[in-house]
Amino acid sequence: MKTIEEIKAAIEAAVPGAGVEIINNPSPSAQHSLLLQRETALAVAQFLRDDAELAFDYLSNVTGVDWLDKEIVEKVKVKKTVTKTVDGVEQQVEETVDETRKRVEPGYLETVYHLYSMAKKHGPLILRLRTANRTDQVELPSFTPIWRSAEFQEREIFDLYGIVYTGHPDLRRILMWEGFKDHPMRKDYVEPDDFEYEPTAHDAVAKRAQEHQAKVAAAQNGGAA
Amino acid sequence: MITPILARQEGWNRQPEIVPDGEGELLEVAMGPHHPSTHGVFRMDVTLDGERIIKLKPVFGYLHRNHEQLGETMSYLAIMPYTDRLDYFSSLSNNWGYALAVEKLAGIQVPERAEYLRVILAELTRIQNHASSVGFLIQDMGASGTPLMYAFKEREKILDLFESLTGSRMMCNYMRFGGCRVDTTAEWLNQARKVVAGIPAFADEFEALLTTNEILMARTQGTGILRPDLAVNAGITGPLLRASGVNYDIRKVDRYGIYDRFDFKVPLGEHGDVYDRFMLRLLELRQSVRILEQALKDIPEGPIMDPKSKIRGFRPKPGEAYGRIEAPKGELGFYVISDGTGNPYRYRVRPPSFVNLTILEDMCLGQNVADVVLILGSIDIVLGEVDR
Repeated sequence: MKTIEEIKAAIEAAVPGAGVEIINNPSPSAQHSLLLQRETALAVAQFLRDDAELAFDYLSNVTGVDWLDKEIVEKVKVKKTVTKTVDGVEQQVEETVDETRKRVEPGYLETVYHLYSMAKKHGPLILRLRTANRTDQVELPSFTPIWRSAEFQEREIFDLYGIVYTGHPDLRRILMWEGFKDHPMRKDYVEPDDFEYEPTAHDAVAKRAQEHQAKVAAAQNGGAA
Repeated sequence: MITPILARQEGWNRQPEIVPDGEGELLEVAMGPHHPSTHGVFRMDVTLDGERIIKLKPVFGYLHRNHEQLGETMSYLAIMPYTDRLDYFSSLSNNWGYALAVEKLAGIQVPERAEYLRVILAELTRIQNHASSVGFLIQDMGASGTPLMYAFKEREKILDLFESLTGSRMMCNYMRFGGCRVDTTAEWLNQARKVVAGIPAFADEFEALLTTNEILMARTQGTGILRPDLAVNAGITGPLLRASGVNYDIRKVDRYGIYDRFDFKVPLGEHGDVYDRFMLRLLELRQSVRILEQALKDIPEGPIMDPKSKIRGFRPKPGEAYGRIEAPKGELGFYVISDGTGNPYRYRVRPPSFVNLTILEDMCLGQNVADVVLILGSIDIVLGEVDR
């Protein structure tokens, strides 16, 4: 199989303006991946499948990943003019001061595709697609028209992560029931408070059960009064 | 030169829709969730024109417990017993798939004896899975009991082997990162040799009983045909794919573990119908016996755990890995992302049964209602793995 750099070059030669970026994987598995742009992803996928040499005809695995907003704390040296009293006289002195700055890297939802080739028996090639943010711009192009195996797996990610795949023929919930509201695989998902009975409650579970029972009792007392 | 997107005709990777003949009304039937042939809780919303299937939508998730999120809240090792519950018919294959992914993630080597043990256990699992899946298939067809009991008789011997080695018949929880949990004794290996020596006779008997049975041939030949191009595009793996004539066996392609040392063949089907899938499982079972004979002959003495691998406080470096094996039902993959802490940041299971269900509708269109049960049986699904 070609190396990931060669595949990147081949994609950029075939799809102008593809804007592919290599994401390094520092672990011993050394499975590096390619980050695609949302606009050109479909053309790149089509090329990867139909190119005679690459021939990635088999999409094995589609994974959703949730990356939360990341708060990054940095120490920066800043030059500042400070008013100081030197020898009884007020002076303007320039000093370098350490300052901690916080910035928030916005989170995103990600889809990871593992491609193999059944014709050439090579792989894996890993593709990644990222949404613009986690809240309102969660659309990604669907790969189901290219590889049918994405059909149920993309439905599962829509269900559990809330990524909306444009171009998917039948985007419905698949594991949760219809009418379920949230996306339970998101990292900030809050479990509903529907605790009624726990046979061997302990630690955190026992605490939640007690809190729930207290709420239920309060509601009953309030209703009686 | 790339062809423009979707130059192929719209819906080319689907079976064309069936047009009702216009006589009589269409009937919508919910098959399941408690239909005995669904092997669990699984529903098919079927639209019928007389006896013919016009539309079929699989509905599942009744057994959903968010296995993947449970994994994110647990340490790497604590997930291992939970993998048993995915495809509860072949827990040892699940163990191996997960161990393989984590070993790739952390760069752990596996000692020789442990590799042999893994192969022996995975192939025994394949034999009992294929035997009972054929038994269930025939049971679904109406041959109540007898063929299934033949298969279960053999399966019971293999489960006894599992029990004496791991302590459990089905929930084995046997493999660890860098090896296996307990070593075998010489008696266990002898017992395994005895069981393996008996399997070809069972396969002969089973085939003599079934393969040329007139009713079986009439019901299964030409039923539920899957085209090879559709199978590849829909990511179908395992016996289902090879019955359509596509030569893709991960044991041969990836050569994970020590599969490059064994001499075995990959049987292929020709027509891609239910009969081919049934025959292919019996042929694969015989190839597994070949692998087992070689492995049980060559198994060396030595350690079964990598002495450097850490069980407690296992924290792989940040990164990710995808490991996959040829499970009895198809490609079983595990994708693990580590952020350097004790639990995985993301733990994903790529279950073969789930993806193989994608083309259930395509295979059933235009067939009779009774054949749906057969086609579903020939996919060989386990709902523990589909719903996760």
